[in-house]
Amino acid sequence: MTSWQNNRAARDARIAAGSDLARGKIVEAQDVTRLLEAVIRPGDRVCLEGDNQKQADLLSRALLAVDLSRVNDLHMVQSGVVLPEHLDLFDRGVAKRLDYAYSGPQSARIARMLFGGKIELGAVHTYLELFARYFIDLTPHVALIAAVSADRAGNLYTGPNTEDTPTVVEATAFKDGVVIAQVNEIVETVPRVDIPADRVHFIVRADKPFFVEPLFTRDPAAITEGQILTAMLAIKGIYAPYGVQRLNHGIGFSTAAIELLLPTFGERLGLKGRIATHFALNPHPALIPAIESGWVQQIHSFGSEVGMDDYIRARSDVYFTGPDGSLRSNRAFCQTAGLYACDMFIGSTLQIDLQGNSSTVTTSRIAGFGGAPNMGADARGRRHPSEPWLKAGVEADPDSPAPLRRGRKLVVQIGETFGDKNVPLFVEKLDAIELAEKLKLDLAPVMIYGDDVTHIVTEEGVANLLLCRTADEREQAIRGVAGYTDVGRRRDRGMVARLRERGVIRRPEDLGINPLDADRSLLAARSIKDLVHWSGGLYAPPSKFRNW
Amino acid sequence: MEDLSFRHQVRARAGGARQSAIVGVVASGNLEVLVERVLPDVECSVDIKTAAVGFGEVWRAVIGDFVERHSPGGLRFSINDGGARPDTVSLRLAQAVRLIAEEGR
Repeated sequence: MTSWQNNRAARDARIAAGSDLARGKIVEAQDVTRLLEAVIRPGDRVCLEGDNQKQADLLSRALLAVDLSRVNDLHMVQSGVVLPEHLDLFDRGVAKRLDYAYSGPQSARIARMLFGGKIELGAVHTYLELFARYFIDLTPHVALIAAVSADRAGNLYTGPNTEDTPTVVEATAFKDGVVIAQVNEIVETVPRVDIPADRVHFIVRADKPFFVEPLFTRDPAAITEGQILTAMLAIKGIYAPYGVQRLNHGIGFSTAAIELLLPTFGERLGLKGRIATHFALNPHPALIPAIESGWVQQIHSFGSEVGMDDYIRARSDVYFTGPDGSLRSNRAFCQTAGLYACDMFIGSTLQIDLQGNSSTVTTSRIAGFGGAPNMGADARGRRHPSEPWLKAGVEADPDSPAPLRRGRKLVVQIGETFGDKNVPLFVEKLDAIELAEKLKLDLAPVMIYGDDVTHIVTEEGVANLLLCRTADEREQAIRGVAGYTDVGRRRDRGMVARLRERGVIRRPEDLGINPLDADRSLLAARSIKDLVHWSGGLYAPPSKFRNW
Repeated sequence: MEDLSFRHQVRARAGGARQSAIVGVVASGNLEVLVERVLPDVECSVDIKTAAVGFGEVWRAVIGDFVERHSPGGLRFSINDGGARPDTVSLRLAQAVRLIAEEGR
């Protein structure tokens, strides 16, 4: 007889082995490593919940301590490689292979380990792509997740930072995998059920709350005049003419400047209600003044942000909240929303080449991608029209008959021509290509492909790549806003002048903006303390952002 | 440290009546510009002390564009640079011209 339920039997055997260490589903913190040794098999695919923000830190430490004769050569499938322990697993031999999306804080070490052959790399994914593979060919055998609280039956409350948890649990629990959750506390009744108990097999109470990184807080005090100028150019040169209402912002200072200019510069332009009303966005503190001024109708979030809980709770008309009142975030849904239901992505990058390809990889740092590639990509499956999408479509393809013409997502790269330490934003060749050659990767880790980028904004002006008809025009449009970088100084001045006459390149003066007006007094908030005031004291910034 | 110096012939005198002005601060990534109305109307000079060595060609391009755009005749600029980006330099120079163009003193 053929057996068709081998995987279920194997899952039940794993749970039975673990149950010896549990009372009900609850396992004491000192027994967690033994639990993992009982449940995990060599070579398993394991998702150790490392999100963009929330980290299953207790479970990472426990996994690092396993007996190598029992647990080894694991295949880690997790969106974020964020904690040092995530990489220690590979140094120690607990894990061998890695498929991931984002590695911000570990970008330098992960590069060294890839070069040193310590990690066998599957691929660097975009978020949705990795989540999709959880359901096809990277389904976890074991998921190690983090939640705020659990009841004794195993119902989980994931709190404002729900992030990846529902997606990870869905793929694991419904395909014969084992789910182990670390929680900050065990309670009689959870505030709301984010994960139902029958998808959770073991619960561990952590000795301290799981770690959350405040990734989306930008101190207005650090915003420069150059960033204010690029923000003014973006608002007047892109948001206004396209009428962009549904959008996603990156996490850089230029987009923080845009958020802080809406109630001042944007208000003076009469744009309130016409732009920036619906967001796929984490709860950025810099957006508080625009929300309080009545600009923003609705925000769906990938995750949360440290210090924003009370503000979100009090502004449930704007944010998605549960019956308990706290934020419900969900990375997979919000990424999908950003891909299909937003008309614009605007964000920064580290390098842009002459075709408009952009990458945050440098030869010594592999930061992965974050949300940008799904936000910053034209969704080929989109079918609903909107004003900005149709207008961009006409600019890209004026000749096709309207009923058959695809619209275009606006994908905007914004930044100053020189970044930190005077490193140029524009390059002839991306470092990502050199890295791919060195590591013998089939694909260079490109964050946003040039054929998806529609506009580039720098302090020198706005380049509209939709209006370029040849590769040569495109290159000169990019050089034409590349300022005093080598790429910028090697422009064909005659061609750039002709592109400017056609409106492909628009300078500040073409948009009626005087660079001398780009002043910090335009910012609706000029400090973190100002943001606290705007929030009526509801925003509680983490201590590293407090100086009072 | 590196010292750089540029002299330009200019088509017109800078507007205004002020004799001198200072903008910016000496700080990392920023610069201080002292501008004085001490030269003949058709001349302009820019003297730079910079913490960032090896950017002479970029300075030449920035100053050239600035003189072309603003025609700062009669002005001597003295710059203390803390490694500012070129766009910050352009902005401070434009601010200096605007400030000295004000009436009075």
